[in-house]
Amino acid sequence: MKLTEIIENSGEWLKGDGPHRNIVVSSRVRLARNLRSKPFPGWAKKAERIEVLKIVKSAVEQLPEMEDAYTENLEALSPLEKQVLVERHLISREHAAKGVGSGVVMNVNQSLSFMINEEDHLRMQAICCGLQLDKVFSMINQADSELEPMLDFAFHPQLGYLTACPSNVGTGMRASAMLHLPGLVMSDQMNKIINSVNKIGLAVRGLHGEGTEAMGNLFQVSNQTTLGEAEEEIISRLNDVIEKIIEHECNARQLLLQKKPVTLLDQIGRAYGVLSYAHSISSKEALNLLSVIKLGTDLNLFPDENRILVDELFIETQPAHLQKGAHVQKMSADERDTLRASLIRAKLLVVPKPDVAKIATQPLGTTENDE
Amino acid sequence: MQCDVCQQKEATVFLTQIVGGKMQKVNLCEACSKDKGVNDPTGFALADLLSGMGAAQEIEKNPASQRCPVCGFTQADFKKTGRLGCSTCYEVFAEGLEGMIRNMHKGPEHVGKAPVAYLRSRQIDQKIKTLQSSLQEAVAAEQYEKAADLRDQIRRIEAGLEA
Repeated sequence: MKLTEIIENSGEWLKGDGPHRNIVVSSRVRLARNLRSKPFPGWAKKAERIEVLKIVKSAVEQLPEMEDAYTENLEALSPLEKQVLVERHLISREHAAKGVGSGVVMNVNQSLSFMINEEDHLRMQAICCGLQLDKVFSMINQADSELEPMLDFAFHPQLGYLTACPSNVGTGMRASAMLHLPGLVMSDQMNKIINSVNKIGLAVRGLHGEGTEAMGNLFQVSNQTTLGEAEEEIISRLNDVIEKIIEHECNARQLLLQKKPVTLLDQIGRAYGVLSYAHSISSKEALNLLSVIKLGTDLNLFPDENRILVDELFIETQPAHLQKGAHVQKMSADERDTLRASLIRAKLLVVPKPDVAKIATQPLGTTENDE
Repeated sequence: MQCDVCQQKEATVFLTQIVGGKMQKVNLCEACSKDKGVNDPTGFALADLLSGMGAAQEIEKNPASQRCPVCGFTQADFKKTGRLGCSTCYEVFAEGLEGMIRNMHKGPEHVGKAPVAYLRSRQIDQKIKTLQSSLQEAVAAEQYEKAADLRDQIRRIEAGLEA
């Protein structure tokens, strides 16, 4: 299949359904694997990387779940195409910087993606909507087991799977969930949450992982350590913590609604106003305001059928997505801001203005879909 | 006191954080603390900082001249990149890596998934060991017929491994 098919269709994790999907945008599990005695990508010479790419790519392409997959060497992708894949969370920012000797394989619905010669020879991830860490783990675990007879993975009796960075040895696994937490941010509780999550060996990061800024009230919670705990234990510990955070977020929203309804409604109304009438808007401002609209949807101020439209705007307003829509390779920041504003204005035409009469008084963030 | 990151300027910011029950301390200069986002607690986790840093000193337990026979990597390369050269480096630099890995992780030993082929070979190893000790017992008890039988079993397993 072709890249255009990937680019034209948003991934299943964005459109799909899953438990707690209002707060948990997506769940993801990534496994790192390396071939025995082959230099890691950062240390390998070009010819060695090309050799590893060939071996790993052909194995991945043979997986039954990767039938009709999109597969490409990174040097064949334009910077814009790479950036689109980064904004979709299908490849990492580090991987986008790679060229000859690195590759990518992903399935049609974008739930499985394999980065070849990123920091490790193989980094494979499964991603889906809502809080479903067990499901994504079993998807990627199966792919790993199917690859095992074809690839000689470096494994050490004490240290487990060996990785380029000692911080990933053992399971080589990073499980994470992307959480939308406007309630905790608005009530100034996010620092407290981050501190306590850090204390138990889990990490909270921004939109695109390590070292990135938190925008649009989106936070990624993941395990920090990979050795000394089985995959299932890591996932269940992370899952428990995420459920606690969801609970805190729901309480924070409820409290805001009771104690500061005017502030809350004012923010939602202003976000709707700015997004509906702005003619130039930065990516950061757009994300932050869309986050407030998303919150408004959770509070029943906007119709639920517009939910996906709003969620898709989170991705479509990112710089590379905007540009690929305009079919231009290079665009100035000002041009992008103008285009972003007009895209949002057009999309929001179908979203009626916030209906204060419908405001949710029930415990928030829980719908029939949630358990 | 020197800054732990740049090792040049005087440290003025002192941080203590408890990660997984272990106390960790970092001393930073003004510039590095800003650089690492210390003033902005939302973007800062001490564990991130430490896993990329203390690492470099630990590896010095290995002699500077030591090279990985497979990929030619040295401890100086690790200090530069914080990454290893290949899977064999974990054997070569085991001494320096041990303490570092212990500090980074929850436990010193892997307890999760292992490749089926590895589990199978470990199982066979154990079976051979059991058979060998029974063989010695049989010999000691002068049960030569039983001993011959055990010896043949061990040979069959080993032949199977080679095939």
